[in-house]
Amino acid sequence: MTISIDPQKTNNESLQPKGWLRYFSFSLDHKVIGIQYLVCGFLFYLIGGTLASAIRIELASPMSDFMPRDVYNQVLTLHGTIMIFLWIVPVVNGAFGNYLIPFYVGARDMAFPRLNAVAFWLIPPSGLMLVASYFVEGAAQAGWTAYPPLSITTPQSGQIIWILSVLLLGGSSIFGGINFIATIIKLRRPGLKLMQLPMYCWAMLGTSLLVVLSTPVLAGTLILLSFDIIAKTGFFNPVLGGNVVVYQHLFWFYSHPAVYIMVLPAFGLVSEILPVHARKPLFGYTTMVFSIMGIVVLGLVVWAHHMFTSGTPPWMRLFFTIATAFIAVPTGIKFFNWVATLWGGKISINSAMLFSCGFIINFVFGGITGVALAQVPFDIHVHDTYFVVAHFHYIVYGGTVFIIFSSIYHWFPKVTGKMLNEKLGILHFIITFIGFNLCFAPQHWLGLNGMPRRVAEYDPQFQLVNQISSLGALLMAISTIPFLINVFLSVRNGKDAGNNPWNALTPEWLTSSPPPVENWEGEAPLVEEPYGYGK
Amino acid sequence: MTTLDSSKEIQKNNSEVNETHEDFRMFGLITFLIADGMTFAGFFAAYLTYKAVNPLPDGAIYELELPIPTLNTILLLVSSATFHKAGKALLKDKNSDSQKWLFFTAFLGIIFLICQLFEYFHLPFGLTDNLFASTFYALTGFHGLHVTLGTLMILIIAWQSRINGGRLNSQNMFPLEAVELYWHFVDGIWVILFIILYLL
Repeated sequence: MTISIDPQKTNNESLQPKGWLRYFSFSLDHKVIGIQYLVCGFLFYLIGGTLASAIRIELASPMSDFMPRDVYNQVLTLHGTIMIFLWIVPVVNGAFGNYLIPFYVGARDMAFPRLNAVAFWLIPPSGLMLVASYFVEGAAQAGWTAYPPLSITTPQSGQIIWILSVLLLGGSSIFGGINFIATIIKLRRPGLKLMQLPMYCWAMLGTSLLVVLSTPVLAGTLILLSFDIIAKTGFFNPVLGGNVVVYQHLFWFYSHPAVYIMVLPAFGLVSEILPVHARKPLFGYTTMVFSIMGIVVLGLVVWAHHMFTSGTPPWMRLFFTIATAFIAVPTGIKFFNWVATLWGGKISINSAMLFSCGFIINFVFGGITGVALAQVPFDIHVHDTYFVVAHFHYIVYGGTVFIIFSSIYHWFPKVTGKMLNEKLGILHFIITFIGFNLCFAPQHWLGLNGMPRRVAEYDPQFQLVNQISSLGALLMAISTIPFLINVFLSVRNGKDAGNNPWNALTPEWLTSSPPPVENWEGEAPLVEEPYGYGK
Repeated sequence: MTTLDSSKEIQKNNSEVNETHEDFRMFGLITFLIADGMTFAGFFAAYLTYKAVNPLPDGAIYELELPIPTLNTILLLVSSATFHKAGKALLKDKNSDSQKWLFFTAFLGIIFLICQLFEYFHLPFGLTDNLFASTFYALTGFHGLHVTLGTLMILIIAWQSRINGGRLNSQNMFPLEAVELYWHFVDGIWVILFIILYLL
């Protein structure tokens, strides 16, 4: 197949976007699909955030007085599933990947535009299904991990809808991954070498490899689980001779790489943002590339560190502890490269930069607790306590969500042609940063002192610290308000941004803002040094 | 290409080709098949783990008769060869020969499915009898689903390679090549499944 594109045609008015209605259509434009992912994901983030607030209100007092215990379990299941499968994964992969990757490889669209649109349009229906599963008799209450035997002994209709919805979202994720791999490997502009690609391309290539290799295993596992629920087979039911640990192995074979699926793209995005606002080349490009690929390989062989209390044999504990500790090496390399990128740069303190620096601080904290959790003696002590909750949220909220906001501040001028208000942006950062740390830092202490996760009630001695944590959650909820006001005001009457307000060198800034339908007026520019600042 | 309308508009201007890129649909398909293969890998891993650590209850039947699955293996291997013949014929623009080979391949696929069903009905255990039975039906059933889809796709491309009004010819080989690769993949999975499930 040869796709033919006529640059003259690109300027034709009839091909220009037709107002905001195109965001509700089966559009094949990668930029429209990217925005569809982002807005859809953000709406689900608001739902998931509301559920998180409900959890923190419940935990402000030791008794289950705000909601009954089973409702609490249903709410935390829905919170986890929405935040992971409908906010983090689609936004940090789908939204920014679709918007940026074709620019970075010098293409006019993704490799398979129709598959791309299908991948997006699987998300709203499965998201609605997931939310609807809460309202049927017997909503899913086994957590986002859906461990049997809990998931096959609790009421079943909600759990089945939950499984169907996650299967669809997994399918969407696989289609997206195939598309990214084909685009980055095959659709590069002639003359553009792999080692000249912006770092986000490498991050997305690694992420997509993980998606393609591990998501199908989750799909297979969930199919077996639904057999257990509907047909009463005994794959994971010990009563019928099954084995619950097999589920855990298969589940974590996907869900540990899923952590990298959530955080590797954020590594890529922060590597784009820091050089622009520090006016320095990205430090250690080659080591960054090899770190990403190292994380991909190691990420596939560390899954059983989630299962140290599941009767894991000693040799397995030893292997998975060592393999997990090794991941600290490439991750540490990336961390020091970011710090070295900032070192001696001409740093502008704006919202994008602040959120990126917030990411670096939070992420190193979450990374250190991660290495601690990989050590068997320590892990057995804090397994399934709030220490794990704190660690996880430091990676996924303090890491990835901070980068999502940073990226929104960074690329908003490109997408809309308008600047965001810096004062509101900095206010947003301050409230988020304080609220986040106030919410999750005390949870390390709670976990070390033995407060279990996923339980609506707790020992009254933990009340004060839990209330501090809930206060932090309240601040996080409030922090969304200046952000929403900012976006709403700036879209309507923000300052004109011009084509390249940050004087950035990566290819997406070398076209108009907002970009034309086929991305470039003429031929795509060949950017050999995307980080050639200060030369 | 914002909407379907505008993409049609681009195709109208095919004569003024300014930019082309290579065909990477096969690359995308291979990536998809790797993902699909990982699903099977998960099932195989689960089956082998069960075999290693979960003893079956006393009196459970887990020995399988070999004649039907051996016949099925031969059927699928032969069908891979006949599919290859169909591709060779289409390359030489012998559409009706190609069609005959395709129909024969689809016929072999259907015979495979009938044999599989025959085996299902004559097995001494049902889906929920024990862990081995459940895994057996899940694995062969999931593979059978792939064979069913493959057979349907073969029938579709056989229809499309007709002489009058068909889309497939030596210039447009991709649909046939794609289904052929998929069919070889399904055959390969069957060989692994046959070894692991019936012979081990």
